[in-house]
Amino acid sequence: MRLQLCSEVGWYHEAFSSLSKEQVSLFRDEKAFLFLRHTQKEADRLGVNMKVRQETDQKLKGSGADVLIRSLQEQEVEIIFGYPGGAVLPIYDALHRNPIQHVLARHEQGAIHAAEGYARVSGKPGVVIATSGPGATNLVTGIADAMLDSIPLVVFTGQVASGVIGTDAFQEADIIGITQPITKHNYQVKNAEDLPRIINEAFYIASTGRPGPVVIDVPKDISAKMFVEAEQPNEVELPGYQPTTKPNFLQIQKAIQALTASERPLILAGAGVLAARATAELQEFIERHQIPITNTLLGLGTIDGHHELFLGMAGMHGTYTANTAICECDVLLNIGARFDDRLTGNLAHFAPNAKVIHIDIDPAEIGKNVPTAIPIVADAKEALQELLNQPFESPDTAEWLQLLKTNTAAYPLQYKADKERGILPQQAIELIHKLTGGDAVVTTDVGQHQMWAAQYYKFNYPHHWVTSGGLGTMGFGFPAAIGAQLAKPHEKVVAIVGDAGFQMTLQELSLLQEMRLPVKVVILNNQCLGMVRQWQETFYEERYSQSMISVQPDFVKLAQAYDIQGYKVETMAEAEAVFAEAFASNEPVLIDCRVVQLENVYPMVAPGKGLNQMIGVKIE
Amino acid sequence: MKRVITTTVINQSGVLNRVTGLMMKRQFNIESISVGHTEQPGMSKMTFIVNVEDEGKLEQLLKQLQKQIDVIKVNDITDKAVVMRELALVKVVAPPAVRSEIYSIVEPFRATVVDMSKNVTTFQVTGDPEKIEAFIDLMKPYGIKELTRTGVSAFVRETQKVQAPQLNIL
Repeated sequence: MRLQLCSEVGWYHEAFSSLSKEQVSLFRDEKAFLFLRHTQKEADRLGVNMKVRQETDQKLKGSGADVLIRSLQEQEVEIIFGYPGGAVLPIYDALHRNPIQHVLARHEQGAIHAAEGYARVSGKPGVVIATSGPGATNLVTGIADAMLDSIPLVVFTGQVASGVIGTDAFQEADIIGITQPITKHNYQVKNAEDLPRIINEAFYIASTGRPGPVVIDVPKDISAKMFVEAEQPNEVELPGYQPTTKPNFLQIQKAIQALTASERPLILAGAGVLAARATAELQEFIERHQIPITNTLLGLGTIDGHHELFLGMAGMHGTYTANTAICECDVLLNIGARFDDRLTGNLAHFAPNAKVIHIDIDPAEIGKNVPTAIPIVADAKEALQELLNQPFESPDTAEWLQLLKTNTAAYPLQYKADKERGILPQQAIELIHKLTGGDAVVTTDVGQHQMWAAQYYKFNYPHHWVTSGGLGTMGFGFPAAIGAQLAKPHEKVVAIVGDAGFQMTLQELSLLQEMRLPVKVVILNNQCLGMVRQWQETFYEERYSQSMISVQPDFVKLAQAYDIQGYKVETMAEAEAVFAEAFASNEPVLIDCRVVQLENVYPMVAPGKGLNQMIGVKIE
Repeated sequence: MKRVITTTVINQSGVLNRVTGLMMKRQFNIESISVGHTEQPGMSKMTFIVNVEDEGKLEQLLKQLQKQIDVIKVNDITDKAVVMRELALVKVVAPPAVRSEIYSIVEPFRATVVDMSKNVTTFQVTGDPEKIEAFIDLMKPYGIKELTRTGVSAFVRETQKVQAPQLNIL
């Protein structure tokens, strides 16, 4: 018996070595795969000579899905966020054979927000897999969110088999059409042989230039198709995509001249500085030339929150000092921010006296909203290095800094605490800040709690702030915290969320239960849609249409249902004790922090108004 | 203002959708569009006529087009010396009584008859959009049964009379 098998294996070997390359390619079907696997198994079992085994190994590249997973490994992907389904069964099967850590979210939206949190904190592209149809459409919010906030993602969606695309097959959705306006680029794989190249390009596109999401749609027959020889991906070759990273020398000279001649210069730093990992250069630059700095919402963390040159966040709920500085500065150096409408307010009143210098890697952002005197298309790090390498005379900013200091002293962020009314949300944020020392990774949804977190949590380090800025996605913060915790297992991660937003993605509590991730979920519970209510109070004469949500689950019991420690606090004294205990623990914790319902976020620039028309600067 | 914009794109599926989708997303109105292969294999050229409000909008459009990964080159050739051609097929009611009259009008346009029936003649006319407009206006009194236009295709002339600054980003 044994002899017979041996001779069989020998025959296979002979048959194989006589095959030409073209002939081998004829075997690109299941039969060839089974034939090879059989040969290999037999060779394994019998311990026959290494040559046979090596050759079969080499030829046995597996299915499209195997190639996909291998390409992910080559990209050094450590973690995948996803949810299986019919059209991605071959991919999940390949993942089973060749594991990469996979986080099984309980809803695709949770998976993609977690991937965003992971990408924001780690700087590496987040990888997401979802099935066709509903799986893919559930990702849409996250893809749009990543697009607006420039977060690198590589998203794999399953698709029905190539032959039935366009026939309204079961779980078919035209995800390429759907995601085309909300991705940096997207691909549908037409040939299995293209997979390694496409994956290579996708990671390159997602993570270089201005980062963004890339979708790869993989039909089921492509991922299931066996192919004998996989093409090795070469260098990425994209003639239509060559981001400019080096700043133009003359433009830098112009910027230097403008800065030297200025009396009231100001720097506005956005998330582009974080994406370029240029915070050290930025700090050196502002310290050397004594130029004050303000941040966009997403740019928080580019500079130490306690830095003496830092004026706080600018924009709709920015500090008085920062917004006034924008109105009064004579040179505004924007590094990696896109002059979003929530930052600029009414454009007619934005930086009326300033010569605008704009450094951005995306040329389309320059001059889009604000007329720019000196455009510099470059990577923020390279531009800052260039500015640092050119020694130039610092502007005399002593008087300007003194004025800003007076402003900060006269009009700080303020609130009126009142023991009778209960915990003010601002106090809760300050308490979190005190207990974590400003070192925690903080994630939020959108709304009042987000603004308070941005105002009162002063970050010591960059890449610790994960929030949905551009799209303003409710339900973002909690899953993003899971992704952030996975990226930084040893750091304290606090998800500050509202009661309404939390209920949009709370199913991901299962992940805390399953992985025992020590994420601290703090629900700033005002039993209403805070920001909606605030706008209704201010602009709609207190007609609280559909914004008061008095019926809610018992969040403590909810936490317990997921085997997570849950607390409810209603007074500052309780909060101090519970928060301290929770933050010291190494387990997941959920805190239902009841806060004053009718508190408003101030100061505020009403929509359509200029940054010089702030309301609520001084609280009586 | 009307601008003539040409783009060179990689010829793969979805690229037309990408470009027109972008214009829709950014609220640009396309007046005409024509697409076809170029001398390079795998490359296509699109010619648009777009109505934009001002210079700033135009700059945004060019930059956004340039940002597309399948778009290789974007040019606004409006202010340059260009060759611009469009083709129109016009079905005119031309009973024998007026036929020769119509033919005499058609002649200066160098339009050709491409189909004929008892009462209807189909003309093919090529030229820049103004010429075609003029031709259509002249044919209108006789009754236009059907009309179709290809959209403008254009490129710059080898010799430029005056050096017009080319709006070309990057």
